[in-house]
Amino acid sequence: MAERPTQTPPMPGSDRLLAEVTQAGEELARTHSGAHDGPAEADEEALAARFKEIVAADGKIEPRDWMPGGYRASLVRQLAQHAHSEIVGMQPEAHWIGRAPSLYRKAVLLAKVQDEAGHGLYLYAAAETLGVRRADLLDALHEGRQGYLSFINYPTLTWADTGALAWLTDGAAIVNQVPLCRTSYGPYARAMVRVCKEESFHHRQGFDSLWALTHGSPRQREMAQAAVDRWWYPALAMFGPPHSASTHSERSMAWRIKRFTNDELRQRFVDVCVPQAEALGVTLPDPELRWNAERGHYDFTPPDFAELRRVIRGDGPCNRERVAHRRAAHEEGAWVREAAAAHARRRAARSADAEADSGSGSGSGSGADAGDAAGSGGAAAGTDRPGGARADAEGMPA
Amino acid sequence: MSEHDWPLWEVFVRARRGLAHLHAGSLHAPDAHLALRNARDLFTRRGEGVSLWVVPADAVTASSPDEKDPFFDPAADKPYRHPTFFALPEGVEHL
Repeated sequence: MAERPTQTPPMPGSDRLLAEVTQAGEELARTHSGAHDGPAEADEEALAARFKEIVAADGKIEPRDWMPGGYRASLVRQLAQHAHSEIVGMQPEAHWIGRAPSLYRKAVLLAKVQDEAGHGLYLYAAAETLGVRRADLLDALHEGRQGYLSFINYPTLTWADTGALAWLTDGAAIVNQVPLCRTSYGPYARAMVRVCKEESFHHRQGFDSLWALTHGSPRQREMAQAAVDRWWYPALAMFGPPHSASTHSERSMAWRIKRFTNDELRQRFVDVCVPQAEALGVTLPDPELRWNAERGHYDFTPPDFAELRRVIRGDGPCNRERVAHRRAAHEEGAWVREAAAAHARRRAARSADAEADSGSGSGSGSGADAGDAAGSGGAAAGTDRPGGARADAEGMPA
Repeated sequence: MSEHDWPLWEVFVRARRGLAHLHAGSLHAPDAHLALRNARDLFTRRGEGVSLWVVPADAVTASSPDEKDPFFDPAADKPYRHPTFFALPEGVEHL
């Protein structure tokens, strides 16, 4: 066995995936209409032909473009499920924030969980470009009409589960999401470039946290191994049912919303994971896992798809708890939303009063609150200068 | 004003001095002040910006794709606006 490195080694395979994200981001930045912008045709057939042409040329469909009803519906379904997964996915790890083993790990975990909330917001915003409202999507989640990824319904029993969950399920999410940076719907692709860049921090902090445990005491190693045993199959199941049994795959691939089959992505994930597990010094819980030189891939035991269906239907270990917690968080947060709205009304009223007093229409945003506008961090500090231009909008054309 | 009525804001981020503000995404907030705060937390958690604009999405007037062809037509038949349109005799430089 090779000499053991003294610090976390690079994660085999992760650089290649990240390079794909960078590349997809650069592609988005280039002029990229794909197909020529032909004359506007009122009839559906010409619009459909143009849509097909753009998709076939790997161009991007943008919110105001014509799109088939099924394409819009598929995107709303996928974006909603993705956004819900981000925000409900905060729970298994949030569970450990108060009990993290050190201030450092706690700070890292807080930052990760905050990122997940942010990812949810990017994705809800992308869904809203399709004409749905975020509030309605949240209602659908709370009423069980829309779902989220199945792995979130498993519990995080020990501290090591937060590491194993991040290494395995965030790793699976990256494999799943990197191709989505090239999805045919522009707002989704742009959101995914941001998400993937941040997701790699999640993935690595999980690896790093497990690394600390696998290089700790025998009990810590045992705890890490037990957590990996628990999370391996939920992570494999994240890629969904086999392509042959997948209800949406075929059409999503034709529309280039999705670019690889569930099976291809699952295989890619296993191939990436095996060397990482070796580096960590953990065993993946599959006796059939071995290199197949003929295929150039690892052979592995697929996840139990009957269990996946059960968990998706609502019978996982934590389904009811996750949804109940989500609903409670929403209801208990109502006063924050009401306070924000009241604050906005008060500022608007004060600003109207100030304008009436000074008799000038030139807008001081709301000078009265200039003091509390000086928040931490640069961007929002000194938002409103009494009687002056808005400092934050420096250079904005009049 | 309930959450349902919170307007949508478009967020523009200047990544660093010398660059223009670029559209980063959108968010809901009850007013411009809170939109800025939210935009800071949502789009600049990793030092991605030195300046933010938030603009009510309703205030944006967009050219619609339906108008695309006639709307952008004036640019289509004036290739002489590009310097490469003009052939230069061989050996002429700095032009």
